[in-house]
Amino acid sequence: MAKQVAIDGKGVHYTPLNQRIRKAVEDGADEIVVSNVLGQRFIGDGLRGNVTVRIYGVPGGDLAIFMSGPTVIVHGNAEHAPGNTMDAGKLIIHGNAGDAVAHSMRGGKVFVRGDIGYRGGIHMKQYETQCPILVVGGSAQTFLGEYMAGGLLIVLGLNGPIKAREIGSGIHGGEIIIRGDVDAACLATGATQVPFTDEDRARIAPVIREYAGDFGLDPEPLVSADYTRIIPASARPFVGKYTWE
Amino acid sequence: MDGSGIRQALSMMNERGSGEGAGYVAYGIYPDYRDCYALHVFFDNIRENKSVVDATLAQWGTIEHDEAIPTYDRPNLRAVHTPWRYFFKPDPSLAPASTSPEDDIVSALTMRVNTARRGALIFSSGKDVGVFKAGGWPEDVADFYRIEDYEGYTWLAHNRYPTNTPGWWGGAHPFNLLGWSVVHNGEITSYGTNRRYIESFGYTCTMFTDTEVVAYLIDLLVRRHGLEIDLAVRALAPPFWEEIDRMPEAEREWNRALRLTYAPAMMNGPFAIVAADAGTMIGFTDRTKLRPMVVGECGDRLYISSEEAAIRAMEPKVESITMPAAGEPVVGRVAP
Repeated sequence: MAKQVAIDGKGVHYTPLNQRIRKAVEDGADEIVVSNVLGQRFIGDGLRGNVTVRIYGVPGGDLAIFMSGPTVIVHGNAEHAPGNTMDAGKLIIHGNAGDAVAHSMRGGKVFVRGDIGYRGGIHMKQYETQCPILVVGGSAQTFLGEYMAGGLLIVLGLNGPIKAREIGSGIHGGEIIIRGDVDAACLATGATQVPFTDEDRARIAPVIREYAGDFGLDPEPLVSADYTRIIPASARPFVGKYTWE
Repeated sequence: MDGSGIRQALSMMNERGSGEGAGYVAYGIYPDYRDCYALHVFFDNIRENKSVVDATLAQWGTIEHDEAIPTYDRPNLRAVHTPWRYFFKPDPSLAPASTSPEDDIVSALTMRVNTARRGALIFSSGKDVGVFKAGGWPEDVADFYRIEDYEGYTWLAHNRYPTNTPGWWGGAHPFNLLGWSVVHNGEITSYGTNRRYIESFGYTCTMFTDTEVVAYLIDLLVRRHGLEIDLAVRALAPPFWEEIDRMPEAEREWNRALRLTYAPAMMNGPFAIVAADAGTMIGFTDRTKLRPMVVGECGDRLYISSEEAAIRAMEPKVESITMPAAGEPVVGRVAP
């Protein structure tokens, strides 16, 4: 039988809160429900294991930072940089999220149902089998995929057209896939649009289906929709900007 | 509302402070003296420094009442200054050439006292408004002044993490001049340019930190130049030239004129700023959104904060939470 642990987060500072979460994981919990969360940062910091953490409330910044393995589900909004430098596992946010979502993420998945703020996916990176995935259901703001070095970033735009400008500013790896058309004027220098192929669709279809399943959406219209694919124009966008060869 | 709610909200964000400065400002707290300018002063040494300020004020008007601002010892807060308040009525006949003689006298007096550096610093000078700040954590500063004893209709509060200059009482936010008060998260990298510009209009920067200049810029643009506050904010954080170039002609023309006229007032660097006066509260961020700003609404109440958690601490049933776009001001007006 699955072992469930409940933690009341009301008024608890993030240090003891994280200690209690880690203790529950050590003691073999399969599911940890943290209620009354309000503003505590770093929840799930460096957490490992096979556990699912359900958070009720609004967690503070750097949620699931350095996390490697667990699933964190937020029933509420998240603040800045959820999924910061996350290594593996999954972060599901049922509300909106702040700026710098998936900051420097290096593996695992971050799924956001609502909108995200500025600089989503900033400096995501990948290495061999490690490939982080960020999927945003709503809109993303300016500097989406800034300095992106790897990984997959999908914006579904379910709440209307995407607001982002300067998309892929300094991108030198990875790819940004946005449902619908994107005005070329919204791309930053160094980012370029390429055709979205059948192979691309086949590649993102499992991700879209998983996302739709997590949020109870009908996946097929999203799988068959038109997408814009944005990739780096060069692996070294700043060559000649700071140094001269 | 009394100050207990905003004290609680601010303490949600202690991760953003370093215990070297916190402060509050409240509007509507001095109804018995609402026609007087409430001057809040830090004295280094009450015996030596107060007589100079008394004499200066007496020369320019009438002190209706003055008293120590009530404070309560806190174990973690060393009272390095004595906070004092004057309720002051300037004599308008002493500035006959001015169209707003009372404001001009109080503003000039504030600059004069603060520049003299004779152990007195006027850090709050509006009517029916008061700044309460000190070096310390938000809860300690709130309890030092017992801000829950004050009833105001607009409150701003700030928790400081000084990065480029030392923390001291005068450098804590909010910064105030006459009606306008300012709190700021970030740093104004254009401070040098802005300071040279504002000092050419007779302001003097004496607080050793960047945000002071924002309070004076707003006073200059709104009170002295007569700009609406949303236009003043557009001058301080104007659209990029590329955006101006894309505007329809009429809009493009006035945006160009505003940006050119106030080029030295334009602020660069990361910032999220909230400013208020008796009738207004306005929040805005830098144009590339390098600092967070969350807006909450509940009934006729408007909340602007760095973090959603602070708003929910004060208003658990908040009806809407939004994150405005970079440079897009959020304006609340006090219902008449």
